[in-house]
Amino acid sequence: MAREITYRDALREALREEMYRDERVFLMGEDIGHYGGSYAVTRGFLQEFGPKRVRDTPIAELGIVGAGIGAAIGGLRPVVEIMTINFSLLAMDQIVNHLAKLHYMFNGQFTAPVVIRTAAGFGQLGATHSQTFEGWYAHVPGLRVVMPAVPKDAKGFLKSAIRGNDPVIFIEHSLIYRNRGEVPDDEDFLLPLEGAEVRREGTDVTIVSWSRGYYLALGAAEELAREGIDCEVIDLRVLRPLDIDTVVRSVQKTNRLVVVEEGWRTLAMGAEIAAAVQERAFDYLDAPIARVGSLEVPMPYARNLERLVVPNKDRVVAAVRQVLYQKQPVTVG
Amino acid sequence: MAKPIVMPQMGYDMTEGTILRWLKREGDRVERGEPIAEIETDKVNIEIESFESGVLLKLVAQEGQTVPVGQPIAIVGEPGEQVEAAVGPAAAADGKARREERAEQPVGAPVAQAVEAVAERAPGERVRASPLVRRLAAEHGIDLSQVRGSGPGGRIVKEDILPLIGRPAAVPQAPPVEVAAPAPPVAPAAAPRPEVEVPPAPVIPGLPEFELVDLSRMRQTIARRMAESHQQAPHFYVTTVVEVDAALALRKQINEQVDEEAEKVSITDMLVKACALALRKHRGLNASFAGTQLRVYKRIDIAIAVALENGLITPYIVDADHKPLGEIARLSKDLINRARAGELRPEEYQGGTFTISNLGMYGLVEHFTAVINPPQAAILAVGSIVKEPVYRDGGELVPVQRMRLTLSTDHRVADGVAAAQFLSEVKHLLEHPMLLLVR
Repeated sequence: MAREITYRDALREALREEMYRDERVFLMGEDIGHYGGSYAVTRGFLQEFGPKRVRDTPIAELGIVGAGIGAAIGGLRPVVEIMTINFSLLAMDQIVNHLAKLHYMFNGQFTAPVVIRTAAGFGQLGATHSQTFEGWYAHVPGLRVVMPAVPKDAKGFLKSAIRGNDPVIFIEHSLIYRNRGEVPDDEDFLLPLEGAEVRREGTDVTIVSWSRGYYLALGAAEELAREGIDCEVIDLRVLRPLDIDTVVRSVQKTNRLVVVEEGWRTLAMGAEIAAAVQERAFDYLDAPIARVGSLEVPMPYARNLERLVVPNKDRVVAAVRQVLYQKQPVTVG
Repeated sequence: MAKPIVMPQMGYDMTEGTILRWLKREGDRVERGEPIAEIETDKVNIEIESFESGVLLKLVAQEGQTVPVGQPIAIVGEPGEQVEAAVGPAAAADGKARREERAEQPVGAPVAQAVEAVAERAPGERVRASPLVRRLAAEHGIDLSQVRGSGPGGRIVKEDILPLIGRPAAVPQAPPVEVAAPAPPVAPAAAPRPEVEVPPAPVIPGLPEFELVDLSRMRQTIARRMAESHQQAPHFYVTTVVEVDAALALRKQINEQVDEEAEKVSITDMLVKACALALRKHRGLNASFAGTQLRVYKRIDIAIAVALENGLITPYIVDADHKPLGEIARLSKDLINRARAGELRPEEYQGGTFTISNLGMYGLVEHFTAVINPPQAAILAVGSIVKEPVYRDGGELVPVQRMRLTLSTDHRVADGVAAAQFLSEVKHLLEHPMLLLVR
């Protein structure tokens, strides 16, 4: 059986179920206890599980992640919340130089099963709070990086991440917490932390995205379907390890690829995907691969300007037309 | 705006010209009609005039460089202008490569609608096509130079060639004749080299469905080398008739005397020796054409065309004029046996200064012509031995065993008389076969 619930509730269920299942699981982060979390994912958890397992921390990301790593080495299963991915930069050293490498550098003597939950997103939050850095983490061997788009994946991935021994960077998105979707009832519903998924089959062009970008891709596909353009939409779901096989298979069918991401295009996931696809499917490409991303500026605060910077459905539609060699007035940025 | 000055066509058969001397330097002012360079064509040296007024921004071609007609040799414009725009991508100083690309486009455009499309593409301009299109074109034998591109900048995209491929059920285009054409009786050195990209056969509507058969590496090599030979070396042919009763008698006598099977002499062996000796006398045919020079080889290596199941190969006997007939017999048997077994080493077939192709031993043809095995200068085609009535001087009619030899010669290397003299020497040696034993 399955129910339709929100992305936020899928996360809450995953955390609650795993906390009941395994007493070594605990949460720590800024404002997750008394305040209930900036995006209300852990609302009520402090009351339900007590201060020992739901710990409010100082505003000190490097310390939070470091403490999480220590706890994990000591045998606990911490789920560390970094309020937004913007602040995770402060914890970069712990994440990249320690968390990703402990198991490797100590010859497998330790595992560090830390799950770092954090959120991307924007919405008049200003230049320093509107960024997305999934590509930075996907760059690092030793980390798993997931960025689920739908509630089912959010729940299945989070439960697997907590139970597994690999460090996982689990990236949510502030603008999809209220999105709804079916989630299985099973308390042991787990999803392997790998593999992209073709969510809409099509023949004319492949659109690859993840997280909120997936919804832009789907919206564009639906709009284009009215004109008879049949888009295949792939939700990448996991950014490291990258499932390029699924993308390559799709491109072999459609011969055209559009990658949609929320961040800047330079040296980002889309660049990696485009490079990998041309390595693997060069002889199947009928058009240059198009990438849709944010304009390369610090995010403006003004709402009208912000709208111009972030990718939207129209830009995805324009990119699809571009790879289909259709005429259009809009330039893809 | 900066404009290119191109190599002009001075006369209808001029295809390229060589810059002998620039009369202007970069930065000089030139007026329309003013001489700017002296060029050399096949026929004359001539001054060429600027078609534009302005400043000579760039000399694209250097003195001594040969440039195809229509390719830029210089750029004229206003001081400080961008030169690249006028030259276009890939044009700069690379006239030779571009000419070769143009030469690859086959003449004649079978698809009517494509003709105008081709006209849109400047001569020698690179065909723009998506990677997918290039793969499909290669798989289906579509000549992209004949396809109109609807994508940006004329890029050929999938849509443009799908009609040429047809629906999955009804594949077919391209002339089956080109696939199935019988190999000419020729003698190439079928060396396994990296395949050279050959433009696929053009699509001709109206032909029936066909099956695509991949060519073996050997067939590809034969195709490439024979086409190259027939296109580049102007062949001419001279034929003579040789009376071989004496040669056959001598051969019989030798073969009755030798014990070893390996030493038994064939007519081909006698031809090898005869040709080698004749080449020693007429060295001019033991040569290769090399542009403005001739390479006259200091050793005579005679190659023998050996038919294989689906191809042929030409192992050769080194220094054949200095080897006794018995040794030639031994070597040729060994080479032929190992050629058929596919056991030749590359150095045994990559080479040879002259080739003999003997279809006569199959008893099938009395006369044929062969395609020269490049870079050699000549090849001898040997027909079967036929007993024919011949009038002797006294008027009596006698039965004589005769064999027709036809020499194909590269006219760049030698003329008719030289070929005739060589052939008559071969004839003389075979008709007085004791000479093969003493020389």
